[in-house]
Amino acid sequence: MTQSSGQIAHGIDGGATKPLPHATSTGVTPLARPSGTRFRMTAHIHGWLLLLPSTVLLVTFTHFPAVTTIIDSFFSTPKGRRSAVFIGLDNYQAMLDDSVFWRALGNNIVYAASVVPLTIALALLMAIWINGKIAGRPFLRLSFFTPTVLPMIAVANIWLFFYSPGYGLLDQVFGLFGFASHNWLGNEHTALACLIVVAIWKDAGFFMIFYLAALQQMSPQLAEAAALEGASRWYFFRRITFPLLMPTTLFVLVNSIINTFRLIDHVVVMTRGGPDNTTALLLFYIYEVGFKFWDTAYAATLTVVLLALLAVLAIGQFVFLDRRIHYQ
Amino acid sequence: MRYPKMKWLAPIVGAIIMAWTSNVTAADVELSFYYPVAVGGPITKIIDGYAATFEKENPGIKIKAIYAGTYQDTLVKALTAFKSGEPPDIAVLLSTDMFTLIDEDAITPFDGLLKTDTDKAWVKSFYPAFMENSQTGGKTWGIPFQRSTVVMFWNKDAFKAAGLPNKAPDNWDELVADGKKLTKSDASGNVSQWAIEIPSTGFPYWLFQGLTTANDVRLTNSAGTETYFDKPAVVQALQFWVDLSRKDKIQPAGTIEWGTTPKDFFERKTAIMWTSTGNLTNVKNNAPFAFGVAMLPAHHGRGSATGGGNFYLFKKMSDEKRATALKFVKWMTTPERAADWGIATGYVAVRPDAWETPAMKKYVADFPAAAVARDQLKYAVAELSTHDNQRVTKALNDGLQAALTGTKTPEQAMKDAQQEAARILHTYK
Repeated sequence: MTQSSGQIAHGIDGGATKPLPHATSTGVTPLARPSGTRFRMTAHIHGWLLLLPSTVLLVTFTHFPAVTTIIDSFFSTPKGRRSAVFIGLDNYQAMLDDSVFWRALGNNIVYAASVVPLTIALALLMAIWINGKIAGRPFLRLSFFTPTVLPMIAVANIWLFFYSPGYGLLDQVFGLFGFASHNWLGNEHTALACLIVVAIWKDAGFFMIFYLAALQQMSPQLAEAAALEGASRWYFFRRITFPLLMPTTLFVLVNSIINTFRLIDHVVVMTRGGPDNTTALLLFYIYEVGFKFWDTAYAATLTVVLLALLAVLAIGQFVFLDRRIHYQ
Repeated sequence: MRYPKMKWLAPIVGAIIMAWTSNVTAADVELSFYYPVAVGGPITKIIDGYAATFEKENPGIKIKAIYAGTYQDTLVKALTAFKSGEPPDIAVLLSTDMFTLIDEDAITPFDGLLKTDTDKAWVKSFYPAFMENSQTGGKTWGIPFQRSTVVMFWNKDAFKAAGLPNKAPDNWDELVADGKKLTKSDASGNVSQWAIEIPSTGFPYWLFQGLTTANDVRLTNSAGTETYFDKPAVVQALQFWVDLSRKDKIQPAGTIEWGTTPKDFFERKTAIMWTSTGNLTNVKNNAPFAFGVAMLPAHHGRGSATGGGNFYLFKKMSDEKRATALKFVKWMTTPERAADWGIATGYVAVRPDAWETPAMKKYVADFPAAAVARDQLKYAVAELSTHDNQRVTKALNDGLQAALTGTKTPEQAMKDAQQEAARILHTYK
């Protein structure tokens, strides 16, 4: 009870707006403790009431489904009159034996490992370019950002024709240089790369916006000081700009990685996982198992793996990278 | 202060409630009807028109059409609705979904509803090829509505330019011989026009059945519990498909996108394409050259697979409602309606007597290509369908694509597919 004032002073979020007069008075005179307790009660209620709407939404649409998914993964799929029975780890065992699952996981790792660094590099490059004083800057900014505004389904349908053999844009351009027509999406070696290109093209402009905002926050004095010291542009970028952009990079990194596991619209439109599962990504496979095979329990199992994977990645990023980031 | 403002609301609310209740009393039976098409577009208008006419002819019945997207979307929505206790009353879903729907215990067979002799004759009035995957275990689970089949479209101008007679290849040997003349390369050796494209994305098994049936082999038993993917005749058929690209070099290598195949045909990138009769109207409107429609080429026999959607009746309806639903399905499949629907959409009219109606006779006289699909029906087989259908077809699709891209030999690909299918199906025996 004696610590009540301290708790109020830097404790509850909900009461954080106006606690100061109370906090100081209760801190000074122990006599005011009853009113402090009452205050703490109301602050508690107030706080929880403020949190209620988002808590209800989060619990209903995120936490509750996540928990039921984990529970479902230990049961068999109910079919017709056969209801679900507890089967322990059988679904997980089946998953380990499932070659398509490993294929999808492998594809997804290759996909993320290519999309994430390339997207970030491209976004940074574009941001630095259009941050400078160049002719036609608004037009450039707009054109870099356009892919983000378009819906993925529409974009994928357009790219489908870019890649089509013979008269597709890509083949027409290559044709000018005398290359033979290539079946880009129908070849097991190029299909995944085609999807990677679409994903980079789609996301780079979006992440560019964050880099651009961060760059414009940066004090011009730094550049002036560096110029006086005679630092080269590359040295300035390496030692000043890039480290100062690290918080943005972390944000972009987290979001980009999540996107590579979350966005599969282009797979559905362009390849449907083919040829022979070379473009099946994890979430696409989960969709297939859940809503085409109707094996909901197994889909839940795969979802648990996806959730665990994302959780590990997020924790890793926040815990390990955060230490090495300098916040202004 | 607030109450006077509310006053004008009362009559409006009253009017709305009255309008609503009078509506409900007028339509004492309402049938929800899931139909697989995206909202808007010409097909939606046709269905809306049918529903309105039906309601006018049958006062007291209301049809609530719900446009649910693609076949796949519609199945997902219907089954999810069923699992949450609010299934649709009627739905048009793929004929191949029959086993899935039976396994989910979601649909009722039509047999119990067919009391009179005319009812029983009605079920027998459809083409047997379409009934093949509407019936199993001696019961009728689906009624054919929008059915299609694979046919061959060919570019007459390209045939003429290649010095070929004005006739589509009638068998596999002719296809390869004609194909070699139809494939054109430019000066640097790059192919500018392929002879043939058999699409292989999405549902390659469906087109593959055009090859296996011609090679006189079936892929499954009719109970949907066994597959025969590794039979030598199946492997042979796949070898022929792979050879079109690899040995004869008259078809592009790798998998061929289903969605862009018609465009390839219009752009003269391919002289022949295999695709659904559902594309007939599309080709008729967009091909910038004279084109022909032909049956798929024969080998040991002739053949193609049927496809498309059936009417299904969902469970949880009252008996009275079910009788009404049957009435609607029967109304939608009368010879006149089947003919009208076929002419408007390009789907194959599902019963022989529809082709005898004056409207259809006139249509066929003006556009003889429309009758090719009908004539091919006597050689047609059911689209591949088994228990746990999507999983089994995926096993086959993966195998076909692996063979077409060259990652596996046809023998190996079909052996793996068969093994996987057998593993999936062993619980259904």
